[in-house]
Amino acid sequence: MAQPSPGSSLGSLVLIAAVVALLAAAFAYTAGWFSPDRLTSARLVQAFAPGGPALGHRRNHAKGICFTGEFDANGNGTELSRAQVFAAGKYPVVGRFNFSTTDPNAPDATSRVRGMGLQISTPDGDVWRSAMINPPFFPVATPDAFYALLQASGSKDPDAMKSFAAAHPEIQAFGAWAASAPWTGSYAEEPYNGLNAFLFIDKSGAEHAVRWSLKPQAQPQPITPDELAKLGPDHLEQEIADRVAKGPQQWTLVLIVANPGDPTSDPSKAWPADRRQVEVGTLVVQQIEPERDGPCRDINFDPTILPDGIKVSDDPFPAARSAAYAKSFDARTAEEAAYPRSGPATGASQ
Amino acid sequence: MTGTRTSFTILQRLLHWLMAIAIIAMLFVGVAMVATVRPQYVPLLATHKTLGIAILLLAVIRILVRLTSGTPPLPADLPPPMRFGAKLSHDALYALMIAMPLIGWAMLSAGGYPIVLLWGIHLPAILAPSASLHALLWTAHQYLAFAFFALILLHIAAGLFHALVRRDGVFESMTSGARHEKRAPAE
Repeated sequence: MAQPSPGSSLGSLVLIAAVVALLAAAFAYTAGWFSPDRLTSARLVQAFAPGGPALGHRRNHAKGICFTGEFDANGNGTELSRAQVFAAGKYPVVGRFNFSTTDPNAPDATSRVRGMGLQISTPDGDVWRSAMINPPFFPVATPDAFYALLQASGSKDPDAMKSFAAAHPEIQAFGAWAASAPWTGSYAEEPYNGLNAFLFIDKSGAEHAVRWSLKPQAQPQPITPDELAKLGPDHLEQEIADRVAKGPQQWTLVLIVANPGDPTSDPSKAWPADRRQVEVGTLVVQQIEPERDGPCRDINFDPTILPDGIKVSDDPFPAARSAAYAKSFDARTAEEAAYPRSGPATGASQ
Repeated sequence: MTGTRTSFTILQRLLHWLMAIAIIAMLFVGVAMVATVRPQYVPLLATHKTLGIAILLLAVIRILVRLTSGTPPLPADLPPPMRFGAKLSHDALYALMIAMPLIGWAMLSAGGYPIVLLWGIHLPAILAPSASLHALLWTAHQYLAFAFFALILLHIAAGLFHALVRRDGVFESMTSGARHEKRAPAE
């Protein structure tokens, strides 16, 4: 073997070091290590609880209770999507009633926003997961605005919310809803709205922009927050368990179909009320189980887990929510010790 | 093993470079997706899962090909520590090619996720749902990914060292397949 001269050897070593350094730098750049201001799932999740999260629990909507039941599809949805879940039939569901809080022990009357996580499974192996809330539109238009909202509401600066509202006028509509919409004393009396727009793909391959809502079949009974507080801190969970024990509770799943040109990227703006609505089936909640040992506990209700026949649109939220929910799930599954199951020996319900 | 061949077979070289592209792309997709909340998160995740399974299949094929075709011997004058390092790092690379996709697959299974690849390909769960196993596998997946990338940097540096400094034909045995003198008679 010809021995290279020391000079060319040194040059070669420098070249090798440069190649390795360049690759390492590209990797670090891609990982965001040079971009401390990039909005990451870690930053987004951390902003929910500046004082630290409740270990072992969901990073938001931390208080909740599991349910099981079925989705009875009537077949009307097959016109919009080829997903098996819309073909007439009954499909098993697992879900979770919850409200917006980072504290799993928060009293019910402290939160305006209630939600439902839902998973529907079909025999073809597809799974549809969704996490819905009761407001008719989202407070802000973009994930960045949502992060700014979390920062403003966690800020010690008394003017933080004022300057946020000035920069994000869409929050006013949400404020008006929060101030005027009646409260109820039951998870069964709430609507649960998907808010994000998705693309439904029919058998011919045509795409339809759709949002969805679960409309309660129970009649809402308005209640003031003070009256709710007097019913006790955990009234919602006790009430839904009692109510479902007496009989299944039902919601109608309604698809709202966009007209051509309706914006799909901004969940803070509801589509006009005259848009076509298609009732595609009934959610039947048959059994309630406490979360601690319940079937919903270890489900990540990631809204991008969709069956063939539904896909994300240009709405930026499902991707951001997926990233943040994964971060929350990864964190809380590593913290099981902080939220232990009651175990088979006790069999107790909470 | 055959002592006469001085380079890898064309199939082996093809598999090596195809997997080099796939694995490096995989590692970049991985760190990109966990650091973003943008719309590309969804396609990046689907790509990551699909590419992972493709790498697993290619790795199995590659190991079978290696077992049947063998490898060209290292140069006779390669110092024992480098010889040992080459053996160790290649074993680790093969182990990671197989283990990383399996850990990712098992992690999604333990997390109760449906495992859906691009083009709607469904894979079965390989573990029952378990929060604690999900956490363990997630941690392993993350740390081993960084170890994998570090090992690839070492592999690239070593390959270039053979090509530019030692000029001993080892690099060429995986590229042009050019013959080179000064080989050990047998490995």
